[in-house]
Amino acid sequence: MQVPILKQGPHLIATVQSALTDADLVQLRDAIVEQVGRTRARGVIIDVTALDVVDSFATATMRDIAQMIRLRGARTVIVGIQPEVAFAMVQMGLTLEGVTTTLDLEEAIEHLGERQNGKVAR
Amino acid sequence: MRDEAVATEARVVVETDRDIVSARQQGRVMAAQLGFSPGSATLIATAISELARNILLYASRGEVTMRTIENNGSKGITVEARDDGPGIPQPQRALEDGFSTSGRLGLGLPGVKRLMDEFRLETAPGRGTVIVVHKWVR
Amino acid sequence: MTDLQTVSTDNKTTIDTTGTLTRELVAHLRENRTGLREEWLRRIFETELLTAMTREEVFAEATSVYDSYVEALETRTLEALQSYAQNLSERIIPRGVETHEVVGIVLLLRDVLARSLFAKYHANFKLLNAVLDAYEPAANSIAITVAVGFVQQRERIIREQQEAIRELSTPVLQVRERLLILPIIGVIDPHRARQLTEQLLRGIRATRAKVVVIDITGVAAMDASVANHLVQTVEAARLLGAMVIVTGLSPEIAQTLVNIGVDLGKMNTVGDLQGGIEEAERLLGYKVVLSAEPAREG
Repeated sequence: MQVPILKQGPHLIATVQSALTDADLVQLRDAIVEQVGRTRARGVIIDVTALDVVDSFATATMRDIAQMIRLRGARTVIVGIQPEVAFAMVQMGLTLEGVTTTLDLEEAIEHLGERQNGKVAR
Repeated sequence: MRDEAVATEARVVVETDRDIVSARQQGRVMAAQLGFSPGSATLIATAISELARNILLYASRGEVTMRTIENNGSKGITVEARDDGPGIPQPQRALEDGFSTSGRLGLGLPGVKRLMDEFRLETAPGRGTVIVVHKWVR
Repeated sequence: MTDLQTVSTDNKTTIDTTGTLTRELVAHLRENRTGLREEWLRRIFETELLTAMTREEVFAEATSVYDSYVEALETRTLEALQSYAQNLSERIIPRGVETHEVVGIVLLLRDVLARSLFAKYHANFKLLNAVLDAYEPAANSIAITVAVGFVQQRERIIREQQEAIRELSTPVLQVRERLLILPIIGVIDPHRARQLTEQLLRGIRATRAKVVVIDITGVAAMDASVANHLVQTVEAARLLGAMVIVTGLSPEIAQTLVNIGVDLGKMNTVGDLQGGIEEAERLLGYKVVLSAEPAREG
């Protein structure tokens, strides 16, 4: 299941549509890294509103993405973690430390805009 | 009381990463049928995801079986993750909470234990692993 | 099976005698059913019990209670009475009948029946004593059974009502746009803590809150598992893009948090709720002010 990645201004927006297998997550990671390199995007927004489960592999992959594209000077924002999913993640002890998370796309774009201007948003 | 029959058992053979998704989705359906809240159903699905992935990563093949259980009028779900893999070395350590800042938590068993009400682990070197967890509808 | 006979401790008469006497007194209570029930009802109305019910309802229930009472005396078992008492309680509790009323009417019935036995056997003191020996322990167990059954039902209903109220009430308050307050009061058990967390997270999503103030001024103490829960709530809120400020942290609770390994330096805490709200507004206003500044590199 390929995750569509769109370019919007200086940012890339990847919108997850359905459950992702481990292979899908790896594919997503590679696709994002490749596209950031190619387009020189300043930020990547990953919309996970449709994910009903975020487990250790998904969490690790999101952190990997953030780390890898930071090396290319780009920021990651994870958008739309569901309340039940957030609850499960913290109970499992899964953290997205170092990765920004927001409720919706608007917040994410605003955050990336501020980061670009050198302000600390959190 | 319910119109559809509640599926009392579901078994998924875990050989590929698609099976992990399949197992947790079936677990979610069964949990919802039993009357678990959406939040609890997510906890169950997440635990199943972790258990199924462990099978894949460490034993390459195994199976996850989900069953409904009843006790004194309370209903619940039981999940059994079984494989014939190499077994978990130092199982006591695997159940300890390592304070980790990374998303990877080894086998994730302490986390699974926290999500569920009851947890049992049987493993021996070269003799495979069986993990059984229960969760009750509140 | 609960046997009335096992409850009587000082019963020195033989089983046969007790059996015979019991049969005799049960027969007497049945024969005089109408009169004794009337007397009982009279006393109930006189002492103004069961005012929440109409006279017709009291009459109907009184009939059933009388018959169950006598049956319990006769069979010397309490099961049927217990289930009747439970049933009765379920019906009258929502009507507002209180414990003292239920205990009161059962004791009145006990008295009415006892008086009737005095009247019948007063000529023969020894026989009267024997009859009372058979009657009193049984009557006492009945009173206890009905009272306890009622109280247990009441407690169960109150618990259920409290749970329902908790689930309906929204402890999460929206005071400004993007700002939520969750005041926590009293004793928190893990179940309640989980409920509060779920309500808070849903509230964050529904109101698109950016800052949450969790006020624990009203919480006296917290054990490690609930403290853990507080930490998890803060982390989960963060995953939903909201910042959390914890206010009203007492020194005791601060110590509990430290004991479970929390780095208080990383948790945003303010002394009191007012201060927390001001800090929250500052955080929310902060963004607006700075966005107006010209862009800088960095």
